[in-house]
Amino acid sequence: MSIDLFKKAYEGAVTAAGYAQIRLDQAIEEYGRDHAVAYPETAYFLPVITALEGTKVETLNQLVPILNKVKTQYLRPDYTFEGARNNGRVTLFAAEVIEACNYLDGPKYEAPWTGFLTDPILRRFGIQLVDFTIPGFAVIIGKAKDTQTAVDIFRNLQGKGIMIMLSNEIIEQLLEAGMNLGVDYIAFPLGNFTQVIHAVNYALRAGLAFGGVPAGELEQHLEYQKKRVRAFVLALGNQDDVRVAAEFGAMYLNHPTITDQPLTKEEEIPDWYLYEPDPKKMIALGLELRGIKITTLDIDIPILMGPAFEGETIRKEAMHIEFGGTRTTAFEWVRMVEADDIEDGKVSLIGPDIDSVEDGGRLPLGFMIKIYGRKMQKDFESVLERRIHDIVNFGEGLWHNAQRDIIWVRVSKTAFGAGLRLHHLGEIAIAKLKVDFPAIVDRVEVVIMTDQAEVDKVITEARKTYAARDERMRGLTDEKCDMFYSCKLCQSFAPSHMCVITPERIGLCGAVNWLDARASHEIDPNGPNSAIERGEPTDPVKGFYPNVNEFIYAASNKALEEVSLYSFMEQPMTSCGCFEAILALFPEANGIMITTREYGGMTPCGMTFATLAGTVGGGAQTPGFMGVGRQYVISKKFIAGDGGLGRICWMPKDLKAYLRDEFVKRSVEAGLGEDFIDKIADEDVGSEPDVIAEFLEKVGHPALTMDPIVE
Amino acid sequence: MSEYRTIDPAAQEMLEIAERLGISTQFDRYKAQQPQCKFGLTGVCCKVCIQGPCRVIPTKKGAEMGICGARDYTIVSRNVARSIAGGASAHSDHGREIAHTLLATAEGKAPDYRIKDSDKLHKVAERVGVAVEGRKDVDIAKDVAVLALNDYGKYTEEPCVWLDTNIDDERKKKFKKTRISPPAIDRAVVQLFHETHMGTDADPVNIIFGGLQAALADFTGMSLSTDLSDILFGTPEPVKTSANLGTLRKEYVNIAIHGHNPVLSEMIVDIADELQDEAKKIGASGINLVGICCTGNEVLMRRGVPMATNFGTQELAIMTGVLDAMVVDVQCIAPGVQEVCNCYHTLTISTIKFSKIPGAAHIEFNPATAKESAREIIRLAIDNFKNRRADLVHIPNFKKDVIGGFSVEALLDVLGKVNASNPISVLSDAIRNGEIKGICAFAGCNNQKTVHDGDIIKIAEYLAKNDVFLVSTGCSAGAFAKFGMMSPEGVEKFAGPGLKKVIKRIQDAAGIQLPLVFHMGSCVDNSRIQQLWHRLALDMGVSVPHLPFVASAPEATSEKAVSIGSWMVAMGIPTHVGVMPPIDGSPLVFDLVTQVARDVFGGYFIFETDAEKGAQKLLERLEKRLWRLGIHKKAAEVYSSATNLMTDLMEG
Repeated sequence: MSIDLFKKAYEGAVTAAGYAQIRLDQAIEEYGRDHAVAYPETAYFLPVITALEGTKVETLNQLVPILNKVKTQYLRPDYTFEGARNNGRVTLFAAEVIEACNYLDGPKYEAPWTGFLTDPILRRFGIQLVDFTIPGFAVIIGKAKDTQTAVDIFRNLQGKGIMIMLSNEIIEQLLEAGMNLGVDYIAFPLGNFTQVIHAVNYALRAGLAFGGVPAGELEQHLEYQKKRVRAFVLALGNQDDVRVAAEFGAMYLNHPTITDQPLTKEEEIPDWYLYEPDPKKMIALGLELRGIKITTLDIDIPILMGPAFEGETIRKEAMHIEFGGTRTTAFEWVRMVEADDIEDGKVSLIGPDIDSVEDGGRLPLGFMIKIYGRKMQKDFESVLERRIHDIVNFGEGLWHNAQRDIIWVRVSKTAFGAGLRLHHLGEIAIAKLKVDFPAIVDRVEVVIMTDQAEVDKVITEARKTYAARDERMRGLTDEKCDMFYSCKLCQSFAPSHMCVITPERIGLCGAVNWLDARASHEIDPNGPNSAIERGEPTDPVKGFYPNVNEFIYAASNKALEEVSLYSFMEQPMTSCGCFEAILALFPEANGIMITTREYGGMTPCGMTFATLAGTVGGGAQTPGFMGVGRQYVISKKFIAGDGGLGRICWMPKDLKAYLRDEFVKRSVEAGLGEDFIDKIADEDVGSEPDVIAEFLEKVGHPALTMDPIVE
Repeated sequence: MSEYRTIDPAAQEMLEIAERLGISTQFDRYKAQQPQCKFGLTGVCCKVCIQGPCRVIPTKKGAEMGICGARDYTIVSRNVARSIAGGASAHSDHGREIAHTLLATAEGKAPDYRIKDSDKLHKVAERVGVAVEGRKDVDIAKDVAVLALNDYGKYTEEPCVWLDTNIDDERKKKFKKTRISPPAIDRAVVQLFHETHMGTDADPVNIIFGGLQAALADFTGMSLSTDLSDILFGTPEPVKTSANLGTLRKEYVNIAIHGHNPVLSEMIVDIADELQDEAKKIGASGINLVGICCTGNEVLMRRGVPMATNFGTQELAIMTGVLDAMVVDVQCIAPGVQEVCNCYHTLTISTIKFSKIPGAAHIEFNPATAKESAREIIRLAIDNFKNRRADLVHIPNFKKDVIGGFSVEALLDVLGKVNASNPISVLSDAIRNGEIKGICAFAGCNNQKTVHDGDIIKIAEYLAKNDVFLVSTGCSAGAFAKFGMMSPEGVEKFAGPGLKKVIKRIQDAAGIQLPLVFHMGSCVDNSRIQQLWHRLALDMGVSVPHLPFVASAPEATSEKAVSIGSWMVAMGIPTHVGVMPPIDGSPLVFDLVTQVARDVFGGYFIFETDAEKGAQKLLERLEKRLWRLGIHKKAAEVYSSATNLMTDLMEG
């Protein structure tokens, strides 16, 4: 341990705190003590302070005692590891104060720079964080020794699916090299200097939003960071005092730092502060320190694979070839076959490969996956088929949209140039399915068709299967199934929450339906999805099932005694943090409103999605508020205990568009009429309750004449 | 001769004589001071109170604090801040003198002065918000002068006019948010002395920011000083003259004007013309005026008076034996000149009530009776001609051509010959198309810690060769003048291909010969350099911290240099200093001004005593800013056009 290093941490904290004090006093002088202070679209105020201090800061004057507290209690020339971590803690608060002041004038971050990451962004990656598709966070500060090194580090992390937070000139280096940055690539160029605090704001909100860790429970938050937020810092290039202090701030939160700047033996702090200049070893060390295990595919493909490329779009100019999208015939189909009807590992291509067309070309496509497995079931075909989207989309330079016979696939010029051919897609699919579904998938064969006649021939067979599956799904109701499934996939992030998934109630993340849960249970009975024998309900309308209650009681450590499956007013299901949409009571119209993660605007209950989410998440039961998957809205069981579909008085236009066809079908079934969707107010009508009530009155919304929703 | 720590051949020749005659110069006294105190050198010696001096050793238990408990960072930041206060005092007081003179002129109380540049008066008036329409110049001038004086002592909190009307909105906001916008010049300086008084401020960040407030007060003072000087004495225009000790003429009455304020020197130039005949009457061929230091720069810029030498070698001018008087006012007059005068016939004539030297003559200069005082001074010189000692006469035969006089107005005028509708774009285009890599401004003094003039020339050569456009003020300008770098000769010898192309293009269009390094004036005229980058940034559509513009003071010496460097950093300019100032005793303060400053202000100090490395770093910073500009431009295009994929798909 080195006194010089600890002294740097102290002096960095003195500098940061001194600057924070100047900025805070100036802000109070300019705007007044009671001026509002907030980050955009968050229910967690200034998350560093919310989490670690418990103060929900809404006005400038609240920052004064907080800054004073950390300065007076922890800013010390204490040249020990613990002293340095305390000085790091001061630096976190100082940075938060400075950034909060920066937001007083509403700084306009020019894309791709992000600044503060909003709650919707936090939740967008919820499911990928909890199922370890995103296995960890890397925070990169500074500037790599050259652009190539920056790229090497970045690509390596991307290939491992790590979420990347960037601060300072590494951002320009990556931009120079043409790397894609931004929310869609799970690589956030936060900004410079104190803007690195937004990585901390993100990490601490994981505890608040998913973990149900109460605001201000310091020890619990530190524990949560240690156990569940697997972050590490890569400090590149010249280290100034403030940066060193910030790194000790990360260490205070239990996240280690690896630097490419030589450290003497004395300066290294085992497990916490280490020197490693080699990009590969640096990342390996980070993973090792946080216990992150990466499962890699043992296949030879010319492109990187990972969630970072899921959001990648391929524009016309960048495209080598496209399939489907109504321009050519295309489909994908997973078929369960018998043992002797399959040659394991084989990929065959019927028709021309993609090197037969010029850039910007098109071909028809049939992508058929044959699967044999001793424990494979016909019902799992659709589960595995839906995985093709991820499997293809995770490939860099590959873009996949929709499913079945309406798929649309693009391959970029870059991927093509790197040597990607159609057989690679087959190889990726085979490897991925075997790794992800070892218990139900024994043999996989892929047949790729680009010959028009062949595609036309096979697509008719596929369509028969799709129709049969739809028929089966229609018959799949809660009453007719034998088992429900729990889902504790989120336990890595939300230890106190438990989902119950039924055929008619999809998981609130929208990513796990009953078939998925069933398949997952087959793969690993002790895994995230346990079976709950359905049994008979005591209240079939509200959905109270004794077996479910018994399960929940035990699984929630006796925190929850009862959960209703179809009511959001009475013992509603809890929410982790990954929900796609939120239902909230709208008493003015005797109904409810729905808002989605994508909709950032104001809603009739006076809260945005971000604020509402703060009320809903964290594993607590809050009658009148609930997180749901969007598909649940068109389920027959949608809040059946509270009056059902007819209660919906307000929802964003985007959600209407997303659900429209099914929604109209359901409305007719429910006797609400084909035009019910148009009787629901949206943001065009407004977000003021009285305006909406007036609108509902005018169109004769059914909720107005239903039984009172609140007794 | 290489043992003399100067590369100026005239100085080398004179130092040999000094050695032979046993005359003490700055060069000798620097040696005699070695080794200098380590505590002082690194800034950790505190003499703020009489319990001291306290000298701290930050890493030694028991020695890490002064008696009062001040740590290294408090002591160092206080010392630096006090230097800034000293510099700001000097520059702004200089400006105040000019403002008073303008006011007296407008009120008819200084009949020997007049408003020479009515055009500039109108432009300044419009900028600072003084009504112009249908008013007489004297009335406008009075309001302008009063408004300027108001910047010194107003009691209200709004920013100083001469700061606020010279910077862009981005910087205004930055200064406001960081609380370094001075409400008044005097107040900033007084407050800083208060802040750094024993037992007041101990927070190094706060102290440095207090220092920056005083540094911006320094800028305010010098910017109004430049404006009002131009109004009274004319805005400089390109002028041909010469430099180095070879400009002294044996058969003439030689008068050196040394110091800073043109209020005195302009009058001396006027009256010298008038008294030529008196000089001839006593057997001289006339009066030969030469300049030293920034007064030299002032009269070179406006009147084409030759530059004898710069700060480091001021004593050597006396040793030519032909200098009949050295007329001095304020700042940078080394008391050592009087020591040399004691061995020669030269009269040092001080003129200001707060700037005197034992043994020197004193003729108090009063703007109200300016011509009378000037006559009195010049007559003393003429009268002294007879006292020359032939055996001590030695004029080194070194003299270079100089083309100076590049006020921003003059520079734009010249650039306007290439592009009349947008003159400054000639430079921004040259940056954009890669002909030049940006601009480096040289400022500052001479410093005995390096080889006199050596690093200034070395760094400029390197940058010129690498296509950096060069401008200069102060004693750096003196060095360039003496080395032919302010002449077309410099362009031929040192400019890289891109820079040469740009200068030739302007030269051909303007029809006048141009120098390699553009002389922009005295040290208060660093305000002109600020105006250059301000206009360039506006034209390029970027804020100053993104502009490929750097500054260098290879031989920074005075407190003024500390304050200039500090406001340049606050304005967003990477600023190289070639000598180590007394701050590295505190790693915190060192880090703050070299690194954290970049995060907060965009500008920062580069301390590098090796000239070659310093030059490389300056070039690197320019290239880096160009690099960033390119990337940000590209990113803005890529990411702002990232429309929804679906729209793209709809198109077909």
